[in-house]
Amino acid sequence: MSQVAETASPPAGDTTYDGLRLRGVTKSFGAFTAVRDLDLDVPRGSFFALLGPSGCGKTTTLRMVAGLETPTSGSITLAGDDITYAKPYRRPVNTVFQNYALFPHLDIHENIAFGLKRRKVADVDTRVREMLDLVELETQARKRPAQLSGGQQQRVALARALINEPEVLLLDEPLGALDLKLRRAMQIELKRIQTEVGLTFVHVTHDQEEAMTMADTVAVMNRGVIEQMGAPEELYENPHTTFVANFLGQSNLVEGAIKGRGGDVVTVDMHGIDVSIPAARSHAAGDRGWIGIRPEKVLIGDPGEDLDAPGNSIPGGVVTDVSFVGVSTQYLVRMPWGQELQVFQQNTGHRRLYRTGEAVELSWRPEYAFLLDISQDASAGAEQED
Amino acid sequence: MGALRAEARNRSDPGMRWVREHLVLILGILVLIYTFIPIFVVVLMSFNDPASRNVYRFDGFTLDNWTNFCGAEGMCDALWKSIQIGILATLASTILGTLAAFALVRWEFTFRSTTNLLIFLPMAAPEIVLGSSLLALFVSAGFAGQLGFWTILIAHIMFCLSFVVVTVRSRLAGMSDTLEQAAADLYANPRQTFWRVTFPLVFPGILGAALLSFSLSFDDFIITNLNAGTTTTFPMYVWGAAQRGVPMQVNVVGTLMFAVSVLIVVGAELNHRRRVRALA
Repeated sequence: MSQVAETASPPAGDTTYDGLRLRGVTKSFGAFTAVRDLDLDVPRGSFFALLGPSGCGKTTTLRMVAGLETPTSGSITLAGDDITYAKPYRRPVNTVFQNYALFPHLDIHENIAFGLKRRKVADVDTRVREMLDLVELETQARKRPAQLSGGQQQRVALARALINEPEVLLLDEPLGALDLKLRRAMQIELKRIQTEVGLTFVHVTHDQEEAMTMADTVAVMNRGVIEQMGAPEELYENPHTTFVANFLGQSNLVEGAIKGRGGDVVTVDMHGIDVSIPAARSHAAGDRGWIGIRPEKVLIGDPGEDLDAPGNSIPGGVVTDVSFVGVSTQYLVRMPWGQELQVFQQNTGHRRLYRTGEAVELSWRPEYAFLLDISQDASAGAEQED
Repeated sequence: MGALRAEARNRSDPGMRWVREHLVLILGILVLIYTFIPIFVVVLMSFNDPASRNVYRFDGFTLDNWTNFCGAEGMCDALWKSIQIGILATLASTILGTLAAFALVRWEFTFRSTTNLLIFLPMAAPEIVLGSSLLALFVSAGFAGQLGFWTILIAHIMFCLSFVVVTVRSRLAGMSDTLEQAAADLYANPRQTFWRVTFPLVFPGILGAALLSFSLSFDDFIITNLNAGTTTTFPMYVWGAAQRGVPMQVNVVGTLMFAVSVLIVVGAELNHRRRVRALA
């Protein structure tokens, strides 16, 4: 698969599309294909997140949009203009780099003014002051980047890109170097600024929580292709692949035999128990599949107890591990077929806690389950690095 | 018993204890004295008024050597020649060497690693070998009669070049190209990127290389002597004069050179401290 350059790339088509559009974009570095035949539409004014593990091609995609890499094939259009081969300094796109890449020999004011001065825009000083105001760094204008804290440098990098009012602002893991608390604060800050200025943001990250909190649309990337794209809640609730199911949050995946597809439900035999899954949430071809259920959707109760999911009780579980984490209690329950399922129970105070070794019964509402293709690796995306 | 008593005495003797506690300081001062004595002698001798032919004895204080700077016959000519050669060699080798360093760090080309190695060789080769082979080259190329200013200059550019490449290259290698990408992303064309970002960041390396080149060129005796023909540079003048007794003005030149170096070093240090303080 080293020679993918001949992939037929569909035309960018509709030149009236005013957002960012990638069509059939492939990027190979020698024998390694970083991005494979990628199609992507980023609507104007949206906050778009490219989410994936390191090495999945998300940064390469971003760099191709910025013009720092040239696609091996395919096309990139921005507001109808083909920018596939345009020089980086000729595209209305700005980047917030991962390590900020602030110019160490220039002060904060000069750093932020850099783009405007290159384009010979009038009234640079006023606009720089406005921008410093927006990122709350008015008092730091004459300092050098090295004199600022990480969070402040991050805001300078953001201001330096934003001041140019680009068609698309690219953010390459912009919060990666910050500690957790600051990162949460900056996420809210970034979202506020995006809403305020109304620009298109394309945000690359490997932090699923970050992507879900900030973005309107999340594209989950893996091995150079987009696995699934959609609103955060849609991706989380109805994952189409095992990778998405595991990379975004956690999932229990249980093998099952598909017994019938009738109307709007798919009936699956899960180790002798019939479970039904809405057809809209079934993404399995063939006669077997992975039944997926999020741990917080699983109810746990005493054997024979009437749980809030009529007709769906799965008996025979034994608690093998209990971790109390404050807001919830996380159980591992060994099922009769030997698999351990994860169960998160909110500590509402209405339910009692179970101890290791207790016999329990599990249950979930059919509308929360999903069905994935058996050919996929059940552990794909489960081991996140950070 | 005696040793024990001596130790007890040592422990109580405040003088010995002081020496023990300040041993590092004392050694440091001794090393500094050892290093600076020759320079001190040069400065002192620049004020010497020799009463006899023995110019190496301090006979009396005078400002004559400073006021009558060019009084020593031929010295100012030689000095001026050395300064001219130094400046030209510095300019040429700094420009060429900087360009070469950029090529070696920023571009992939065939024989890059070979070139990197070859660049080192003139630094490693003994000067006497370089000098004599250059002489052989000049003579066989038919320049035997024209040895002088230009052959010296060519030789100096050659050996300064390696030092410039090595100095600038290390500066460049330590600089990631992310900053240049950021400049390009912020609408700077390649020319603007170079002058506004790359050059200012590499400049300290280039300046260091230029200073090094000048002092190497100004200082060189062996290669110069072999390729000088009838031209006399300052080191050659001093060498020649030393047979009869070095004129006192040579010490003035030495003192001035030392003063300039101190100014540069102190200036750089102050500049660095100012920057560090700004960072605090």
